[in-house]
Amino acid sequence: MVVVAEGKASSLRLHEVSKSFPAPDDPLARHAALQNVSLSLAAGELVSLVGPSGCGKSTLLRLLAGLDSPDSGEVFIGSEPIKSPGAERGLVFQDPSLFPWLTVRGNIEAGLVARHVLHEKRHEVDEFMRLVGLEGFANAYPHHLSGGMAQRVALARALVNHPKALLLDEPLGALDAFTRMRMQDEVLRLWQARGTTMLLVTHDIDEAIYMSNRIVIMTQRPGRIEQTISIALERPRDRSHQNFLRLRGDILELLHFAGNASIENKS
Amino acid sequence: MTPSNGNEDAFTTPPLVKSRAQTLPAAPVGARLRTLLTFSLAVAVALAVHLFVSKKEPALETRSYTVFLCAVLAIALLTAPAQVLWSSLRRWRQNMHPILAAVALLLCLWEIITSGLRLLPLPYFPSPAKVLQSLISDRMLLFDSTWHSLILLISGYALGVVAGLISGICIGWSSPIRYWGMPVLKVVGPIPATAWIPLAMVISPSAVVSAAALIALAVWFPVTMLTASGISNTRASYLDVARTLGAGRGYLIFRVAVPAAIPNIFIGLFMGLGASFLTLVVAETVGVKSGLGWYVSWAQGWAEYGKVFAALIIMAAFFSTIMTMLFKVRDRVLVWQKGVIKW
Repeated sequence: MVVVAEGKASSLRLHEVSKSFPAPDDPLARHAALQNVSLSLAAGELVSLVGPSGCGKSTLLRLLAGLDSPDSGEVFIGSEPIKSPGAERGLVFQDPSLFPWLTVRGNIEAGLVARHVLHEKRHEVDEFMRLVGLEGFANAYPHHLSGGMAQRVALARALVNHPKALLLDEPLGALDAFTRMRMQDEVLRLWQARGTTMLLVTHDIDEAIYMSNRIVIMTQRPGRIEQTISIALERPRDRSHQNFLRLRGDILELLHFAGNASIENKS
Repeated sequence: MTPSNGNEDAFTTPPLVKSRAQTLPAAPVGARLRTLLTFSLAVAVALAVHLFVSKKEPALETRSYTVFLCAVLAIALLTAPAQVLWSSLRRWRQNMHPILAAVALLLCLWEIITSGLRLLPLPYFPSPAKVLQSLISDRMLLFDSTWHSLILLISGYALGVVAGLISGICIGWSSPIRYWGMPVLKVVGPIPATAWIPLAMVISPSAVVSAAALIALAVWFPVTMLTASGISNTRASYLDVARTLGAGRGYLIFRVAVPAAIPNIFIGLFMGLGASFLTLVVAETVGVKSGLGWYVSWAQGWAEYGKVFAALIIMAAFFSTIMTMLFKVRDRVLVWQKGVIKW
C-alpha cells in the first residue's frame, strides 16, 4: 500500500540568510523579514517552525522552495544551492490552492503533467489517491471537497513528484480541531512511510510537539531563531502525557517570555 | 460519491429552471389543470380574435396566420394529455406556460391594435398575419440572407476571438508587452468598430472582407481586455504551487493562467458577441449587399414593412440562438465553477 520512495530524502540548509521586503507604507524603507538565519535539517528529519505571526516563517519556507531568493546568505538542498523552484521540493500552503478547474485526479496528476512524465507514471496516481484516502473522489471538483479532503489532495499533489523535502506552511491551520488531529496522524504516517525531510510551519504548539523531531522557535521583526528544542518523546506521542504537557509549558513560557521582553524593550 | 450524483441533475437544467421546478414539486390538481389549459386557452382566444378581425381583410393574406394559430392550438391540445406520461415535457410546460400564454395574448393584442382598431399608421405597422405572410412568401430570400449573415458573423467572430485571445494572453502575461500593448488597447479599443466603416471601405478590395475585419475588431477589444485582466489576476498561489511542482512557462501560461482566466474570458466572449451582432447589421446595411441587415434596409426601401418585421423576427431567433449556444458552451466548460457563477 505504501508508494515506494524513489530518491532518498535530502538535507536542507540555510546559511546566514537575510531577507527584507519594501515596507507597505513607505516605499523607501524596508522591513527585515529574516536576519542572519542559519538552520539545517538532516535528511529525513521533521522540524517545526513556531513563532508569532510576522516572524518570517513563511518567508523562510519560500526561500527554501526557491520562490524567493535571499538578499544575502545561501540556501541549499543537499549540497546543491537553491536557485529556483523545483519538483524535488514540495510545498503545501494553509489554503490548499487546488486548481479549481481540475478534478481531484487532475490536481494530483498536475506535477506529472508539468514534468511531462504522466505517461510513464500514471499508475502511481491511483496509489497516491489511496494513500490519502480519496479513492472515491477521483472525478470530484475541488469546490465539492471539505477542508480536510482538499488538504489531503494538496498533500498528494505535492507527494506525487516524490519530493526529497516537503515544505508545509501551516497546512492544517484552517481545519477544525478533530480533522486537524486526524490529519496530523496522516502526515506522520506519510512521513514515516516515505522518510521525506519535512519542515512544518505552525502556530499550534501541541502540533509541533506531537509531530516533530525538533522545534525551532523564532522571534519577531527581524525574524531570528530564538531557540531550538529537541523532542525526545517516544512515538506515537501521547498528548496528555505529563512530559508532553511539561514541554508545552516550557515552550509557552519561552514564547511568552519573548513577548514580555519585546514590550520591555519598547518602553 | 455525493458530488457526482448531485451534479448530474445540475448539468442538464440551468440553475434558474431547476430552482423553479423545485418550488413546484407535486402540483395540486387545480394547478395542474391550469398548466394544461392556460396556453391552449390563450391560443384559442388569439384565434377567435383573429377570425373576427380578419373578416374585413382579403382572405388570401390572412389564411396562413389562421393555419398557424390552428396548428399551435392543435399542438397545445395534443401535448396536454401527452405530458401526463412524459415528465420532462410536463416540467417544461409547468415552467413555460405563463410565458407561452403571454406570447399568444401579445400576438392577439398586436392584431387588435393593427388590423382590428387600426390605431397605428400603415404601412409601418402591419398585422401579425401580414408579417407571417411576408415571412412565408419571401422565405427563400430570407433564408439566403440569414445564411450570408451567419457566414459573415462566424468568420468575423472567430477571427476576433483568436486575435483577442492571443493578444490578451500576451498582454496579461508579459509585462513588456503589457507596457506597449495596453496604451494601444486603451486608445484604439473603445472606438466603435462601425466608426471604421468609411476607412475600411477605402482600404479593402471587398465589402465582405472589410465587414469581417470590422466584426473581428469589435470582438477583439473586449476579448483582449478581459483575457488580459483574467491572466494578470491569476492567484499567485496557483502559480507558486505549479512552480514547485516543476512547471515550466508553457504549463504556467496554458494550464494555470488561462484556465484561471476562463470565467473572465467568457465575459469577454459575451460582450464581443453583442458587439459583433451590432457591427454585422450595420456593415450589412451600409456596405455588404447581402445578409439580414441588407434585407431590412432593402425591404424598407420598398416600404414593405411586413418584410422588415419578418426579418426582425428572424434576427431575434438567429441571434438569441447563437447567444444560447455560447451559454451552453460556457456551462460545459465551467462545470468546475458550478454554483459560483450566476449570470
